[in-house]
Amino acid sequence: MSTLKLNGEPLTLPDDVDPSTPLLWVVRERLGLTGSKFGCGQGLCGACTMHVDGQAVRTCILPVGQVVGKSVVTIEGLGGDHPVQQAWRQIDVPQCGYCQSGQIMSAAALLAANPNPSNDDINRAMAGNICRCGSYPRIRRAIHQAAASISTGVQTFDPATGEG
Amino acid sequence: MKFSRRKFLVGTGVVGGGLLLGFSLGGDEPVPQIVAGSFQPNAWLQITPDGRVVFQLDKAEMGQGVYTGLTTLMGEGLDYDPARIQVEMAGVHSAYNNPAMRMQVTGGSTSLTTAWTPLQEAGATARAMLMAAAAEQWQVPVSELNTDDGVIVHSASGRRIGYAEVAESAKSIEAPQLVPPVANAPKWIGKSLPRFDTPAKTDGTAIFGVDVALPGMKTAVVVRCPHFGGRVRAFDAEEAEQQAGVLKIFPIHNGIAVVADGYWQARQAAGKLKVEWDKGPLAGLSSAKIRKNQEQALDNGETTVDALDEGDAEGVLAQAADGRVVEAKYAAPFLHHSTMEPQNCTALVTGDRCELWAPSQAPGFVQALAAQYGGFDRDKVTVHTTLMGGGFGRRAMTDFAGEAAAIARQMPGVPIKLIWSREDDMRHDFYRPSTLHRLRAVVNEDGQIGAWRHRLVSASITKGMAVTLVDSYLPKWLPEAMARGIGRFAGNTTANMDSAMAEGAEIPYAVDNRKVDVALYDPGIPLGFWRSVGHSHNAFVVESFMDELAHAAGEDPVDFRLRYLQGHPRHQRVLKAAAEAANWGDPLPGRIQGVAVHESFSSYAAQVVELSKGANGYVIERVVCAVDCGQIANPDIVTEQVESAIIYGLGAALKPALTVEDGRVVQSNFHDLPVLRIDETPEIQVVLVDSKEHPTGIGEIALPPIAPALGNALFKASGQRQRELPFQLTV
Repeated sequence: MSTLKLNGEPLTLPDDVDPSTPLLWVVRERLGLTGSKFGCGQGLCGACTMHVDGQAVRTCILPVGQVVGKSVVTIEGLGGDHPVQQAWRQIDVPQCGYCQSGQIMSAAALLAANPNPSNDDINRAMAGNICRCGSYPRIRRAIHQAAASISTGVQTFDPATGEG
Repeated sequence: MKFSRRKFLVGTGVVGGGLLLGFSLGGDEPVPQIVAGSFQPNAWLQITPDGRVVFQLDKAEMGQGVYTGLTTLMGEGLDYDPARIQVEMAGVHSAYNNPAMRMQVTGGSTSLTTAWTPLQEAGATARAMLMAAAAEQWQVPVSELNTDDGVIVHSASGRRIGYAEVAESAKSIEAPQLVPPVANAPKWIGKSLPRFDTPAKTDGTAIFGVDVALPGMKTAVVVRCPHFGGRVRAFDAEEAEQQAGVLKIFPIHNGIAVVADGYWQARQAAGKLKVEWDKGPLAGLSSAKIRKNQEQALDNGETTVDALDEGDAEGVLAQAADGRVVEAKYAAPFLHHSTMEPQNCTALVTGDRCELWAPSQAPGFVQALAAQYGGFDRDKVTVHTTLMGGGFGRRAMTDFAGEAAAIARQMPGVPIKLIWSREDDMRHDFYRPSTLHRLRAVVNEDGQIGAWRHRLVSASITKGMAVTLVDSYLPKWLPEAMARGIGRFAGNTTANMDSAMAEGAEIPYAVDNRKVDVALYDPGIPLGFWRSVGHSHNAFVVESFMDELAHAAGEDPVDFRLRYLQGHPRHQRVLKAAAEAANWGDPLPGRIQGVAVHESFSSYAAQVVELSKGANGYVIERVVCAVDCGQIANPDIVTEQVESAIIYGLGAALKPALTVEDGRVVQSNFHDLPVLRIDETPEIQVVLVDSKEHPTGIGEIALPPIAPALGNALFKASGQRQRELPFQLTV
């Protein structure tokens, strides 16, 4: 049986899901969670980023068969009040907003691994996420702000489970 | 229930207000999306029987902030906290036509400037009607009443009543003949209210076009001929039809539609299609050939249109002394939009009706193209505009709606979501035209510019657009409205002259003898409006060349410009503000500066770009931008738009351009047509210049100066003038 964990809940994949189908399309079309976006289909833009066992992963090229037994967190599973999401709202990062689920998931994974990233760390972690509206300067500011709020102990968060 | 026009007028007494507010209800068509029993003083606003204040947003929210900005205008006039107003995307109605274009289009940086007065007045009129209703109910003079954020207050008696509670009786109040004044001290305008669309864009709940979900919905992809204008000669779908989840494969007007349970299945099946293409009229066309033809047009100029002709530029040039003529040739490539959300559209056909959900800048075009390619009467086509993942002009073209309707037509009763791949999106865009320019100027010994002569080679955007839309608009619009209305260049569109080609080439600089003309050459590549349109290439050219003249005159580029900007105080102010903020002329050690200033969409932007020399070429460290866009509804959104336009323009100035081979675009995705990423993004500092002027454009104005400011900095740093985009940072 093909089971995995999605946003902290156990999930059994329907039998008719071809395991080669990218995780993105299973999540969007079969599970109805449309927060993760389709941008390029080649793992080049990051709009589809989710966490798989805590790592930021491009799911438009990740066969769903490869996440069996793993823990997947989507933007919907981040909780809404994750420090990154709070910082995103305080700084009004999104413009069109389409890439922002992916940006937020990449930023959350970065902060889980590196609670106090430098600008270079941010560049390395976020360069895979394209934003055509040019929200990059605000993304940078918001990540620093989220890092500051985490370091003051306001929030704790485990991206592997989607739970605080 | 739907309002007929008669009922609408009788029910709300809107005639006076309607005329004063300058909106027409456009014949007998009801305004869509009105809740039965609402108080609806105008086409934008209703207070529903259950007490909701609902604003019909008639502009597309594509990131630029109208969802917040226009709602703020309505809230200000109404005296109702805009954050509590429920925003709905308006349907298609002539009342929602953009006054600058006479069509329902979001573009040309026109939203705030055209909505500023009408929306505040619409809110103020509604407020006056609600107050009149309360005055009647309380039997007190309306002059004794005031309002306090959605509540009508009678201070003398201490009575208070909410708008919703008098909305029913306000329906019988006649709209005031004179629009009541909007409060002098704005409560919300001018403050950086947090964007109302931000929360849903940070938790995954925002619904974009591609997220639309309907019961029983299926997904379609279209396999299009990669060669522009090409057609299907023959196809074999046998293997594709056997793929899992595939429902139907059939030809439509511009390719072959594959409908399946989901996107992945449709895409996989599309890959199994065997198609023989007729490459069409552009077969064999290449970037090299286009360039050769542009060079010929530049030299021969068989079909030229004057954009500007003052004094005797040619004569002065002919008589100039040896060594006094500066001459240069500039080139700008085709550019793709690459909105983050690939084009898509959902359509459902029921009987003779078609309902569409489209992320588009032009719902009227969605309706028109769906009607044309689906074979529906236009009044049987309903359009829902969704949030959209970027526009930048791409979504003013609505080819996707024609495709979705044509597919749904073949599968009545089944909602069809058409999704383009990134490859589809990059190869079937409506591109910024490629242009070639020659500039000649006389710089006299005293440093004065004696003559300015600019010829550019371009194709008309609106001409191509007219071809795209002509079938759908012919019966209703042409010829009068086509000439007047297509594009935002009302009154200036003929078969040949499209003012977008030369816009931004009309230099503000005081030069007595100057001439700009356009030599027309149309290679046939589909063209569209790309953020800032003609300004995007013309600002690059004229502001780079102005820099060349400053150097030829041996003068500081800022001082040189200021000397020629007499009579242009707003140019001067932004230029001085940017220079001051950037510490022009005295940068940090190791920094090299370049400058440009440009007016577009009636707003003004000046930029200073700062470079440093890194191990692998120059590094763009900082961009300082000063803007004057008149009064500002929301300073933070204005700042955001400046950042946005700089980054969009910087990507275009730096990244490899698309190329054409055999009448098709060679590149296909972000690996070979890259865009700017966060690690390449400089620090951006924005200066908003105080202004009491009427608000003007902001979504595009910071884009035109970025390429020339960068190029001018690169020249200062390297001594090499780069006259062809994209730039090399490794010189």
